[in-house]
Amino acid sequence: MTYNFDFAAVLAYWPLLLEGIWTTLRLTLFCTVFGILLGGACAVVRTGGPTWARWIVSLYVEFIRNTPLLVQCYFLIFGIASMGIRLPILVGATIALTVNIGAYTTEIVRAGIESIHRGQLEAATCLGLSRTQTYLHVIIRPALERVYPALSSQYVLLMLASSIVSSVGVEELFGISNRIQSETYRNFEIFVVLGGIYLGLAILVRGGFALLGLAMFPRRRKLGTPL
Amino acid sequence: MSPIVELKDVRKSFGELEVLKGVTFEVNRGEVAAIIGQSGSGKSTALRCMDRLETIQGGSMLICGHELHDDDIDLKSLRRDVGIVFQSYNLFPHLTVAENIMLAPRMVKGMKQRQAREIADTVIAKVGLREKMDCYPEQLSGGQQQRVAIARSLAMEPKLMLFDEVTSALDPQLTGEVLRVMEQLAADGMTMILVTHEMAFARKVADRVIYMRDGKVHEMGSSDILRMPATPELAAFVAESAEH
Repeated sequence: MTYNFDFAAVLAYWPLLLEGIWTTLRLTLFCTVFGILLGGACAVVRTGGPTWARWIVSLYVEFIRNTPLLVQCYFLIFGIASMGIRLPILVGATIALTVNIGAYTTEIVRAGIESIHRGQLEAATCLGLSRTQTYLHVIIRPALERVYPALSSQYVLLMLASSIVSSVGVEELFGISNRIQSETYRNFEIFVVLGGIYLGLAILVRGGFALLGLAMFPRRRKLGTPL
Repeated sequence: MSPIVELKDVRKSFGELEVLKGVTFEVNRGEVAAIIGQSGSGKSTALRCMDRLETIQGGSMLICGHELHDDDIDLKSLRRDVGIVFQSYNLFPHLTVAENIMLAPRMVKGMKQRQAREIADTVIAKVGLREKMDCYPEQLSGGQQQRVAIARSLAMEPKLMLFDEVTSALDPQLTGEVLRVMEQLAADGMTMILVTHEMAFARKVADRVIYMRDGKVHEMGSSDILRMPATPELAAFVAESAEH
């Protein structure tokens, strides 16, 4: 049994692959920005909000964490469509992935907030800082710093998991690869190439988070302690 | 002299446990008062009530003109007038010394960066740590961190400073440098109330010594009461402290 490798047949599709990479990266970038905003806000509500709001956030978090991502995507994308709201498919996918990653982010950031010692809050209170000022200047940044490794792993996972939206018709990297595969029948080659590209993208996302970390946490930069 | 701190029959319970069972004392402007007593005597709780970190349930407490038992008390204004330093420093670890000190003047008093920096320069000089302005707390020794915490409180220009066992977490060598800063503050005329185990310091600096026992003021007077206690309990406490 011999198999003749023909990577050239796959690599000939490089413009399509690039397009797929670009879509995956865009998806990841938007979901990262909105996901951190959503998750951060929910974490603040869950640790310091009124009881009813905490309940809503916990319901949201538990619902998302205990149902498949694919089901959530179908529900949000086709659900929104059946209400008669027509959104570009990429926007729908961004919403679905953001809702998903937001729940995980909430839990991670909440752990960070809860790890901040009570004495820090007392010190801020006694200096006269308001609750909002305390959250902004005393709690959030050290909280994010503590959970940053977990957070960046979660967002690498998000980038990898974004392949799932190909099943609702988004032509991101995985969707494009599927198309190339059905046109060339070069299953093995395309998935080797695909694996290599995802690996490269994962390293890119990690690198991006590392740079962002250096910008956000000057103490790490100055003292040289790794994140 | 008018009292800047006035406690009358102050009561405070945590659940079933009554911690303050009617505490009464006064502290005048410019005075240094040392609250001493065994662990569990309620001295730290009394101090925390003065900055309304705990609310009192009975009696009355007047701090720098603020009625603390009042429900609609202006907390922001109270905390401008009162500074507090804790045993565990509680510096903000992600901010430099300068940023730690400048945070409240900027946020609470709305100062510009430059103005806040000037204040920071003044107060850091008072605690003798000018060269540490750009360090992070973890780069400092415990004694230095506590001195920064004092400077951070001073930056808000309080009328009253509270010290809650500020040297208890420090080695004897480091205790000295913090006590010297506090002594200088006292000499500058700051009104101070300190909960402390440092008898020698209380004897030297305090104008008024308050011995608390079982949630009440058991004996009170000038620092002479440490030399000539009137009650056998204080005598025993002083003798016991001298052994350590």
